[in-house]
Amino acid sequence: MATPELERILARHRRDPLQLLQILIEVQAREAWLAPATLSAIADALGVPRARVESTASFYSFLHTRPAGEFRILFSDNITDRMLGNQALMKSLCDKLWLEPGKVSEDGLVSVDTTSCTGMCDQGPAALANGRTITRLTPARIDEMAHLIRRRVPVGDWPPEWFHVDDNIRRRDVLLDHGLAPGNALAAALDRGPTGLLGEIERSGLRGRGGAGFGSDIKWRSCRDAWGDAHYVICNADEGEPGTFKDRVLLASHFDLVVDGMCIAGMAIGANKGFIYLRGEYRYLLDRLETRLAQRREQGLLGRNILGRGFSFDIEIHLGAGAYICGEESALIESLEGKPGKPRIRPPFPVTNGYRGQPSTVNNVETLALAALIAVHGGEWFRAIGTPASTGTKLLSVSGDVERPGIYEFPFGVTVAEVLEAAGARDTQAVTSAGAAGHCLAADEFDRRIAFEDVATGGSIMVFDHSRDMFEVARNFLHFFAHESCGFCTPCRVGTAVNARLMDKLAADRGSPYDLEEMARMHRLMQGASHCGLGNTATIALEDILAKFRPAFERRLHSPEYEPAFDLDAALTQARRMTGRDDAGAHLGDNREALAAERAHGQGNPASAEPASAKDLQP
Amino acid sequence: MNDSFLLDGEDIPFTPGQTVMQAATAAGKYIPHLCWHPDFAAHGSCKLCTVKIGGRFATACTVRASAGQEVENRTEELDAKRRTLLQLLFVEGNHFCPSCEKSGDCALQATAYEMGMLTPHFDHFYPDRPVDASHPDVLLEFNRCIMCELCVRASRDVDGKNVFALAGRGTKSHLIVNSESGQLADTDFAATDRAAEVCPVGVILKKRVGFAVPIGRRTYDLKPISAAGTEGEREDAADKTALREKEAG
Repeated sequence: MATPELERILARHRRDPLQLLQILIEVQAREAWLAPATLSAIADALGVPRARVESTASFYSFLHTRPAGEFRILFSDNITDRMLGNQALMKSLCDKLWLEPGKVSEDGLVSVDTTSCTGMCDQGPAALANGRTITRLTPARIDEMAHLIRRRVPVGDWPPEWFHVDDNIRRRDVLLDHGLAPGNALAAALDRGPTGLLGEIERSGLRGRGGAGFGSDIKWRSCRDAWGDAHYVICNADEGEPGTFKDRVLLASHFDLVVDGMCIAGMAIGANKGFIYLRGEYRYLLDRLETRLAQRREQGLLGRNILGRGFSFDIEIHLGAGAYICGEESALIESLEGKPGKPRIRPPFPVTNGYRGQPSTVNNVETLALAALIAVHGGEWFRAIGTPASTGTKLLSVSGDVERPGIYEFPFGVTVAEVLEAAGARDTQAVTSAGAAGHCLAADEFDRRIAFEDVATGGSIMVFDHSRDMFEVARNFLHFFAHESCGFCTPCRVGTAVNARLMDKLAADRGSPYDLEEMARMHRLMQGASHCGLGNTATIALEDILAKFRPAFERRLHSPEYEPAFDLDAALTQARRMTGRDDAGAHLGDNREALAAERAHGQGNPASAEPASAKDLQP
Repeated sequence: MNDSFLLDGEDIPFTPGQTVMQAATAAGKYIPHLCWHPDFAAHGSCKLCTVKIGGRFATACTVRASAGQEVENRTEELDAKRRTLLQLLFVEGNHFCPSCEKSGDCALQATAYEMGMLTPHFDHFYPDRPVDASHPDVLLEFNRCIMCELCVRASRDVDGKNVFALAGRGTKSHLIVNSESGQLADTDFAATDRAAEVCPVGVILKKRVGFAVPIGRRTYDLKPISAAGTEGEREDAADKTALREKEAG
C-alpha cells in the first residue's frame, strides 16, 4: 500500500487503537487483502503490538490476511437462500470460472465462497461481491457475473439493478406508520426532560426488541445512575440472526426515527455520544446514513445544541466485518473498541462498564425507534397496544415458504397462524420463531402467540412447508453456529464443531441412534457451561427439530448401533493399491463370506497372511 | 469477619471481593480448572471450573463469593460435564501424552486423570499445527494449545512484552506470536520470561532440559492435581524449574 494512502486513513482515525477495526476495513477496501507488512505498518502507526492487530484482522470473516482475489464473491448461505437455490448458483459460477469454492483462482483474479445470512431472505438468493450486496440471483445473472469477472469489470460498474434492495413492507402498524417528521420525537422528549421521559418509558412497559426482552427503563436508569467520565448510547445494528431483516428496513426507510431514539436515549442517560454498530453486510447503507447524519447536523437535529435546547449529542457509525457474535452486547463493545468480538465476563455489565469501561446502554434499532414513538405519544398509549407482559408492536421478518416474504408489523399477541395467513403460507410444516438460535414450532403450535410470555422472537420468522427436509434445516443451523462461534470458551468452540460433524455424518448416511444421543448430550453441556448466549442457544432449534421431526433424522440412520464416521474398508484403498491386491480378503466390511473363503484358502491365520502381503510389496 | 459460603456442604471462609475459586483455593479445596491461575486475572474460558450456585451454572473463577452461597463442586453431574469438556479439548488438538515432554507435569493430563477420563470419546479433529522451533532456547508445540491465554496474560501483564495472542475464530482459533514472520525467534521472547513457565500443557517448552526429571517423578506423578494444584501453581512451577536445573547440572 502506498504510504500516503495509509497515512490518510490513519490520520482520519486519529491513530486511535480503538479505531483499529475501522482502519482495517478501510485499508482492505483499497488493497483487497491485509498483507503481513500492512499489519506491521498499522501496528507501528498505532503503537500497539502487531499480534493484537493480527488478532483482530483474523477474527472477522470479511477481513483477509491472505490474498482473496481481485473479485471476492460470497454467497449468502442461510437456509432460506438454500431453499431459493443458492447452492446450484454457486456451483454454476464456480464451474464457469474453473474454481473450487473457498480457493482463490490461480491467477489471483477471483474467489467464491459462502457467508452467513446477509439479511436479504425476502429477496434471495443473495450474495456479496467485494462487500456489495446483490439480491435476487438467477442463472442468467450468474452467467453475466462470470462474464464481467473474466473481463475484469469493476463491481461498481456491474448492472445497478443487481444491487437493488426492496423494503417489502407488508403490514404497517404504529411504528411503520408513525408519520413523524425528523426531530419531532426528539423535541417531545426534550419537553418531557430525562425524568419525565424515563417515567413514560417505564409506563410503556417497553422491552428490548433484540430478543432478550430486558426492560428498557431499567437498563436506561441503571446506566444513568452509574458513575462514569462519560456515558454512551450504542445502537445495535448488527442484525445477524439468520432470517431477520427488520433493522435493515428501519435503517433504510425510518432512519430519522432511529436517530431520534438514540438522541432521546442520550438525553435520558446523560450521554452526548452515540455509536451505530452497523453489520458489514449492510455496508451498502453506510454512505446514505452518513449523509443523513450530516444533514441532521446542518438542520440542528444532531451535534451541538440540538434544536437550540442546549443538548448536545453526536453519532458515529462503526462497521462490523462479518461476525454474528458481535450482536451480543459485550462482544459488540469489544468490536467497537477495535478488538476481536469476544463476549466479556459479566458482571460487570455494559450499563456500568461498557465502551471504554464507561456506562453504556446497548439497544436494538427497533427499541430505539419505539422509544421515539413513546416520547411523542406517552407510555399509556403504548401500553394499550399488545399484551400486558409484551406491550406495543413487533416487526417480524417473514421469509421461506410464503407468497409474500417481507416485514410485518403486528401488535404482540398475534398468533403464529395469523402471521402465516397474512404472509400467504400454505401447507406449512414448521416455523422457526427466532432464527437459528430459537425454537422451532410444528403445526400443532401455530395457535400460540408471539409475545415474550409465549413465543419470544427477535423478529426472524422462517417458514418451511412440507416439501422441506427439516434435517437439512437443522444441519444448516449447526454449521452456522460452528462457523460463528467466537472460540473463546471450550463448550461452544468445540461443541458446535462436534455437532456439525455429527450432522455431516448423518447426512452421509453413516449415522446411528448413538449420534442423536451425542447431540442431546452436547446440548446439555453447552446450555449450562457456555460463556454467552451463542453457545447457550446454539442447540435449541436442534432439540426442537429432533423432538418434533424425528423421522427426518431416523431415515438417515445406517445402523441401530454405533457406526463410525469413516469407512474402514475405504481406508484400506491405499494399502490395496500398494500391495496390488483387490481380492475379497483385502476388503473389510460386511463381506464375511469372502473372509471365510480366504480362510479356507489358507490365509486365515495372521502368520501365513503376513508373508503373503510382504511378498506382494516387492514386485 | 465470619463471611462464609458452602462448598459441597463444607463451610468456606472468604474475604469480600474474593471469587469462589480464590476462596476455595485458599481453604485448600480443589475446584478443577485449566485457564485460571492464582497470579492472573480470571479468564473464564476453559469452563472446567463450572459449578452450580443456587442451582445455576457459573464459573467459580469469575463469580464473587457471597455469604450463604451454596456451591456444588465435585458432584457426579459436574464432574461428568468436566470429563466431556476435557474430551473436547483432547480431540480438538493433537495430544499424544506418551511422547510429550510435559507428561506428568501437564495440567490437562492430570485433570483428565482426576476426572476419570478414560477415552477421548469424540472423533479427533487432527488440526494441522506446525511446530515453531526457531527460537534458540524455547520451542512452541502448538498442537497442544488449549486456548487458555495464560501465556498471553503472563507476557502482557508480567513480562510487559505482548509476545503472544490468540488469532482466528471458532475452531480456527490459534496462538500467534508478535512478529511479521510469525516466528518466535523474531520476537523479544526470552526463556526467563514468566510466560515461558506458565503454560499448563506442553506448548511452551524449554530446549535442552527435556526429561531432566524422569517421568514417574514429576509433579502429578507424585500427587494428583487435586492435591498438588491447590498449593499454588507458582510455587510448584518454581520448585519444578529449580529441580530441573539441578538435575540438568
